[in-house]
Amino acid sequence: MTREEVMEKVNEIIQDVFDDDSIQVTDETVAADVDGWDSLMHITLIGTVEDEFDVKFAMKDVVGMKNVGQMVDLIMEQTD
Amino acid sequence: MKELDYPFDSELIRKKRIKIRKALLADESVTYIEKRIAILGGSTTSEVKNMIELFLLNNGIKPYFYESEYNRFYEDGVFDNPELVGFEPEIIYIHTSTRNIIKWPAAGDDAESVNILSAEVEGKFKGLWDHLSQKYHCPIIQNNFELPFYRMLGNQDAVMLQGRNSYINRLNEMIYVYAREHDNFFVHDINYEAASYGLDKWSEPFYWHMYKYAMAVPAIPYTAYGVAVIIKAILGRNKKVLALDLDNTLWGGVIGDDGPENIEIGQETSLGQTYSEFQSYVKELKQTGTLLTVISKNNDDVARSGFDRPDSVLKVDDFVSFKANWEPKDRNLVEEANELNLLPESFVFADDNPAEREIIRQSIPGVAIPEFDQPENYIHNIDRAGYFEVTKLSSDDLKRNEMYQANAKRSVAQAGFTDYAEYLKSLEMTAEIRPFEEIYMSRIAQLSNKSNQFNLTTRRFTQAEIEKIAADDSYITLYGKLQDKFGDNGVVSVVIGEKENDVLHIRLWLMSCRVLKREMEFAMMDELVNVAGESGITTIYGYYYPTAKNSMVKDFYGIQGFEKISEDEEKNSIWKFVITDDYINKNNSIKVN
Repeated sequence: MTREEVMEKVNEIIQDVFDDDSIQVTDETVAADVDGWDSLMHITLIGTVEDEFDVKFAMKDVVGMKNVGQMVDLIMEQTD
Repeated sequence: MKELDYPFDSELIRKKRIKIRKALLADESVTYIEKRIAILGGSTTSEVKNMIELFLLNNGIKPYFYESEYNRFYEDGVFDNPELVGFEPEIIYIHTSTRNIIKWPAAGDDAESVNILSAEVEGKFKGLWDHLSQKYHCPIIQNNFELPFYRMLGNQDAVMLQGRNSYINRLNEMIYVYAREHDNFFVHDINYEAASYGLDKWSEPFYWHMYKYAMAVPAIPYTAYGVAVIIKAILGRNKKVLALDLDNTLWGGVIGDDGPENIEIGQETSLGQTYSEFQSYVKELKQTGTLLTVISKNNDDVARSGFDRPDSVLKVDDFVSFKANWEPKDRNLVEEANELNLLPESFVFADDNPAEREIIRQSIPGVAIPEFDQPENYIHNIDRAGYFEVTKLSSDDLKRNEMYQANAKRSVAQAGFTDYAEYLKSLEMTAEIRPFEEIYMSRIAQLSNKSNQFNLTTRRFTQAEIEKIAADDSYITLYGKLQDKFGDNGVVSVVIGEKENDVLHIRLWLMSCRVLKREMEFAMMDELVNVAGESGITTIYGYYYPTAKNSMVKDFYGIQGFEKISEDEEKNSIWKFVITDDYINKNNSIKVN
């Protein structure tokens, strides 16, 4: 997968989890930018991303994740 | 909703939670009953709450939640957090886990110090439970403890008193003893759930240290499902009937083609053993009070011959209805429901043929339809779904099959009479109609929650509410228990009236449909007039509130001699009855008290 493809799929997942098709995320998007993205939804989102990409984040990764771009980078590290 | 039926896709429902919730709430064909549920957590509970909500909505129950702050389950409960008091919980769920055990036995401890340690935990929890039940008079659901995720003493961890495994088992036994001794207290078995899910995955420390969840987040739907199953059972929403297909469901092969001697059952082959084990499971289900019926496309005599084999665990007598014919199965199911005076939605339909399952799914909403593709999975698919969750085994549950068998005999007896009154006399009925008594409280609460058809107001009561009303002088309460020469029907009718000076308002009048047309409703009326008159009541007001299911009693008060005094546009009606000295008893067939 290219970085763009991963980004696009992450965007779809976020739309799905927040049940809002109008969301468009970028590398710089942070939780505060999306309506309803609280700590609880964050857990659901991480779980769903792990599931859909068949990856597993380590605790230090999740703790250090600052924005959507970093999430995409972490996914890229574990996929071909 | 199919997404929420067992076996569900845990990831999917977590991902689509918001969408699923919206869809459930938008379904206008469902009339929800509302319940206030307090979750007192020893760990984070948000996702637990969200998932319980979905599964309850899927069962027609709309929950409102109180959540304690993180790990404040004990303080909230014991020190009466005003927010919790104001919330007035109707159900309390204590979501604790092995993560909440602070002090563990150490390798150097002797037996006495382990005893002291466990007595401390026991004292704390029992104090909490006792306080909650005295304060809120409502059902309490308590998690047990799951096995620890490491074993310092290895295999001997289960054996030695200092082992965590041994200690968990001891604490759990303490919880179970308390549950056996307390009516309104129910254990939620996360220990079994964790084992079933896989203990290593279930207790991944990541989720505790990251989010303070006691269990892996993907496992939460299973835990929530377990809690929802208990709540649904407490509220009387269990399924009652298991309707079974025969060919490739209760035995291998097609009996019409292969002949009874060639079907797969018994200990000769692996498949035969599988079907025998399933038959044994079904027989055990019957012993816990589940009704069994047959719905099969077969000739009747051929179908029955399968059960004549000496190695068949089930016998024809085990079924309260046996429909082997060539009619469509949905029609047979509805007929069986009518015969048993039950709603089709109290059925679970077990059939290996996906086309038959689809017909039922399309034509009769509310029937539970487990996947039934591999005989080796049949038991699992019924068992884990929790259709018949046992909260406690009342003597009524254990005798239910007998009662329905007796009903079948009554129908046969009735066929021999041309005069219905003569038939009723021949039943030699006796009834016990008295104010609510301690031993029947759970049955009365159960009836108020599951009676839909013969129910004038459809008001639901918890056991605690029933007990409160029974002790309150401003109410007149009556239960009716009916017996006849074929057997004891148990408590079948309940009336609650609220006094206001010399007027009585009927808040609840219900009767189990298994005693329809036996004059039991007249016996109840006679006794009500009698008791009300004695306590100075001159006028009785009856209320009928229509629902989708209770049209059979829309003229009930008219038949009882009430006068209709008003009816609004929603057909809610008010009826008035004046007690006079010359009241003549309406029941002539039942000997009362």
